[in-house]
Amino acid sequence: MDGFQSGPIKNSYKWLDERLKINALIEYMGSKEVPRHSHSIFYYLGGITLFLFIVQVITGILLLMYYRPGADSAYESVKFIVSEVSFGWLIRSIHSWSANLMILAAFFHMFTVFFTRAYRKPRELTWYTGMGLLALSMTFGFSGYLLPWNELAFFATRVGTGMAGAIPVIGDFLMVIMRGGEEVTGATIGRFFGLHVAILPLLTTGLLTMHLIFVQRQGMSEPMHWAGKKREEKKFMKFFPNFLYRDALVWLVALNILALLAVIFPDGISVIHWPLGEKADPFAPPPPVIRPEWYFMFAFQALKMFPPHIWFIEGELFGIIIFGLGGLIWMLIPLLDRGASENKPSKLVMTFGAFVILFIVVMTIVGYLVE
Amino acid sequence: MIKIKFTLIFIGLLLFSINGFGSDNNCLNCHLDWESEEGSAAKYARDIHSQKGLGCTECHGGDPSLDDMDDVRDSKGYRGVPNHLEVPDFCARCHADAAYMHEHNPSLPVDQLAKYKTSVHGQRLFARKDKKVANCISCHSVHEIGTGQMPYSSTYPTNLPATCGECHADKEYMAEYDIPTDQLEKYRSSVHGQALLQRGDLGAPACNDCHGNHGAAPPGVASLAAVCGVCHALEAELFAISPHAEAYRENDFPMCETCHSNHDIIKPYDEMIGAVGSAVCTNCHSADDGTIGLSTADSILVSINNLVQAHAQAKRRLNEAIYKGMMTTDEEFLLKEVDQTLIQARTLVHSFNMDSVAPKARAGIAKADTIIANAAGLIDEYYFRRKGLGVATLIITFLAIMLYRKIRKIESR
Repeated sequence: MDGFQSGPIKNSYKWLDERLKINALIEYMGSKEVPRHSHSIFYYLGGITLFLFIVQVITGILLLMYYRPGADSAYESVKFIVSEVSFGWLIRSIHSWSANLMILAAFFHMFTVFFTRAYRKPRELTWYTGMGLLALSMTFGFSGYLLPWNELAFFATRVGTGMAGAIPVIGDFLMVIMRGGEEVTGATIGRFFGLHVAILPLLTTGLLTMHLIFVQRQGMSEPMHWAGKKREEKKFMKFFPNFLYRDALVWLVALNILALLAVIFPDGISVIHWPLGEKADPFAPPPPVIRPEWYFMFAFQALKMFPPHIWFIEGELFGIIIFGLGGLIWMLIPLLDRGASENKPSKLVMTFGAFVILFIVVMTIVGYLVE
Repeated sequence: MIKIKFTLIFIGLLLFSINGFGSDNNCLNCHLDWESEEGSAAKYARDIHSQKGLGCTECHGGDPSLDDMDDVRDSKGYRGVPNHLEVPDFCARCHADAAYMHEHNPSLPVDQLAKYKTSVHGQRLFARKDKKVANCISCHSVHEIGTGQMPYSSTYPTNLPATCGECHADKEYMAEYDIPTDQLEKYRSSVHGQALLQRGDLGAPACNDCHGNHGAAPPGVASLAAVCGVCHALEAELFAISPHAEAYRENDFPMCETCHSNHDIIKPYDEMIGAVGSAVCTNCHSADDGTIGLSTADSILVSINNLVQAHAQAKRRLNEAIYKGMMTTDEEFLLKEVDQTLIQARTLVHSFNMDSVAPKARAGIAKADTIIANAAGLIDEYYFRRKGLGVATLIITFLAIMLYRKIRKIESR
């Protein structure tokens, strides 16, 4: 504590250290090391995702102070937030931008972990919890989209929840559970609101805590080509203060970008946009273009491209089965890629990863172009 | 033997089914053979009477089971083809029979013949035996009759001007009647004609909406306000209590037509009222006519123009705020109210009374001023946000630079 040689700060620090053993924690962090190599930049993606999640929590709590769920109050309360509440527009804008950027960062984080095969032993649990966190983030996005109860959100949710109805055996049941009835109504807002502000945060907090504990206990994964190298041939930096300061610098840059986007484009930009628009009217004709959030577009587009029937199975159901199997393989990659823990290169895994990225990118672009 | 009998019966049945042997439909069988594909028999399938299940004999009589035309002519009840003067009574046999019409279309009036007799067409046909005036089939066609709701029908709103114009726009045909033949041309360029014929607005009036259909007649001076007032009710009401109402009656001026003309009514514009230029007020009024006509007209124009300018300025300022991405829902709603107020003020012009127009214009201007003030506030807010962003960005960038220097310092040790 070079900077706190004397005065009230030093005394306060000493008081805290006597009780919480802060110096021991700093010493522990100082003993941790982070590998330094040409791809070290990937290590900051998880931190960016975490930072954006923290922004989500803070802005979400602020929005919660004015938001009123319900078919008669949701739209009005969001309109009140953006037009009457001081800086309400900014909070909503940051919340929306941060949500999208968080999912984008999470995707990048996942793909860098995949291609560096950092999921290999002993980090399988970190991968599984990470996948769980990505799924929760997307569910956050889906549930939050309906909450303003505007026209686009209403019809997109009707299509989205309707797709769940195509799942075999439990589809109809699941759809009714999600909607709180046969149709998207005020009851659906109640469900999505509860999910968005209580259930998902609870699950995310638990899973995120586990994810962070795993990362702290196991440290950052070393690149595979370091296998067999002597320690003198490897480069490291201290976790504290070097990596943590760098992480903080990245967070500041992310905060700056977020502020710029939120102020200059408060309603989003291009296909990533969230204008409040008209209030949802179940009896109004649907808008000409109904599309999901960009991170669901690839799945939405691919499902649309399936023929009505494949053999004896409905096209949509077949698509859901294919997506389910694909997702399962992706999720279980630490189990399937046994060569990773032995540092064996795998063309199959790399090709699979490249195919998934190509599929997502192409389907997303096609999804927006065909409209 | 039994086999031969069965074979003969089978062949007989076959011939019956192929040739319609013994069929009731011999009228169509022959006429379809003789006529072209555009002939009456072929067209009849689209006719409303055919769609209601009525055949040839319901109008023309005779025995359709006969396969010889001469035999049909001699058969009981044969009425054949009516001549031009006989057509109205021919159609009225059914269309003036309430009990009969009830069986087929209870909502259809049965007073067409009675009205027709009051029309200029009917009066000339019955009294002067004029074979050129329109009878039923002149407008409705002969064997392709449709209701006014059927797009192919000659009486469908968008087809009706051309139907009337077939005679009324034909100079040669109308020469002996000494009436203008430019109505169709004028109507097509009018605000009503453009709405109906170019935009397909079926709410816009066609010929029959002003002149009537079966009782067609040119509206007289006294009834003109009632004719226009069917759609323009507020204008008609205001006019009726205006200082002009009595003066028009005394001078036999047609009410709406005096300012707006008839077939070539153009979209009204604000400068139609006033004391100079293209103002129609100057057609009757002059500065020294001893009335307050022109000064009132001028004041009304000033009021309306002030409101128009305030509306335009409010819209311009609001668009600036919208363009900057500000939340303007309430102001957009208020602008719609100003739109409405402007329409109401323009309608109130028909009162020709400043005491009616001025308060309405002032109310609109006050709302427009509110929009202008709110939009200015929103635009200020926009620049405040930009400045706030600049300050925040500077602070964050400064912190980032300090942190970067700290990292460099630590790593240089």
